[in-house]
Amino acid sequence: MPATNNPVEYIEHHLTNLQVGHGFWSIHLDTLIFSWLLGAVLVLISWRVGRKLSPDAPSGLQNLLEAILEFVDNQIKSTFPGYSPLIGPLAFTVFTWVFLMNAMDLLPIDLLPKVASLLGIPHLRVVPTTDPYTTLGMALTVFALTIYYNFRVRGPLNYLKSFLVHPFGIWLFPINIVMTVIEELAKPLSLGLRLFGNMFAGELVFMLIALLPWWAQWLPGGAWSIFHILVITLQSFIFMVLTIMYLAMAHTNDEGAH
Amino acid sequence: MNVTATLFGQMLTFAVLVAFVWRFLWGPMTHMLAERSRRIADGLAAAEKGRHDLERAQRRAVELLRETRQQASEILAQAEKRANEIIDEAKSHAKHEAEGILSAARSEIVRETNAAREQLRVSVAQLAVAAAGRILEEEIDADAHAKMLGAVVRQI
Repeated sequence: MPATNNPVEYIEHHLTNLQVGHGFWSIHLDTLIFSWLLGAVLVLISWRVGRKLSPDAPSGLQNLLEAILEFVDNQIKSTFPGYSPLIGPLAFTVFTWVFLMNAMDLLPIDLLPKVASLLGIPHLRVVPTTDPYTTLGMALTVFALTIYYNFRVRGPLNYLKSFLVHPFGIWLFPINIVMTVIEELAKPLSLGLRLFGNMFAGELVFMLIALLPWWAQWLPGGAWSIFHILVITLQSFIFMVLTIMYLAMAHTNDEGAH
Repeated sequence: MNVTATLFGQMLTFAVLVAFVWRFLWGPMTHMLAERSRRIADGLAAAEKGRHDLERAQRRAVELLRETRQQASEILAQAEKRANEIIDEAKSHAKHEAEGILSAARSEIVRETNAAREQLRVSVAQLAVAAAGRILEEEIDADAHAKMLGAVVRQI
């Protein structure tokens, strides 16, 4: 039996956030709560493992976190020039948090919304990364950091100069300004929208699969879930690598200057 | 999509998470990993050094043993030599002493012979005088004939 007799309504229902407030104060409660819960998982694990690290006999979660940390650290070492104390924790958090949020996609799509509706909650979207507010929020934070480091490492004047002379030289500065502004703005936008787009599309496919008759769901559902294990890992990895890349670019001097 | 509190909420959440992970996981863990790799490197270096020391000690032990053997054989040779010397010394000493005793004995013999001879001479002279007295049945003045008697004694 399909999940509903009205597919459009079903999909619209699943794409509506649990929202309170209006205008600026419109708050997606489900996005915030689930991202906080997953953040709390990350915090709890980090705290418990980080509190009593065993250098000689690492076990369980510590092994896992060490492996992730070294993986992230290798990515940073191969991309990032010089040293920044922030880049490691930032990339680590991006990778793990995004992975956890993406992994919510693997829960059966109707499970938590059904439980919520039984409790009287009308809408529930459980994958925070299918909400552009999450992905763009992270992307904008990264963007703010790139601007900060551009100012700090290259100096405000050099940074602003790059808007004038890049990419066509000083004589075409009006075009340069437009080009560079677009280029700079495209970075956070593409960073946030790539993750959002992938996860949103993935969720949509799960919804379409849920609309199939029950006996036809296992094959596409299983296949898409298995494929999605790859997607959620890959997307969190890409988000992390791009974060490192953008910060690395902010730490590199102008092409002409070095 | 509008700029809403959700966006800032997520930005803030992100920042807090990064700060927490930095403070409680990344910081201690990178520190621990660096410490661990340093300890491993130290341990390997110590093992290498220990192996080196052992090798050197072994070489030294062999060297010492060889030296000691050589010394022992030297001492043995010396002792043998000294023993021979002592034996030789004792031999020559004994020989010397024997010679001394021998010569003393010889000279004693000579002396005794001479003394005996002298006594014999005197006895013969007295005997001769007595015999002559008997023969002549008269007193012979010993003093008057001493000169002749002495010559007789010397002839004996």
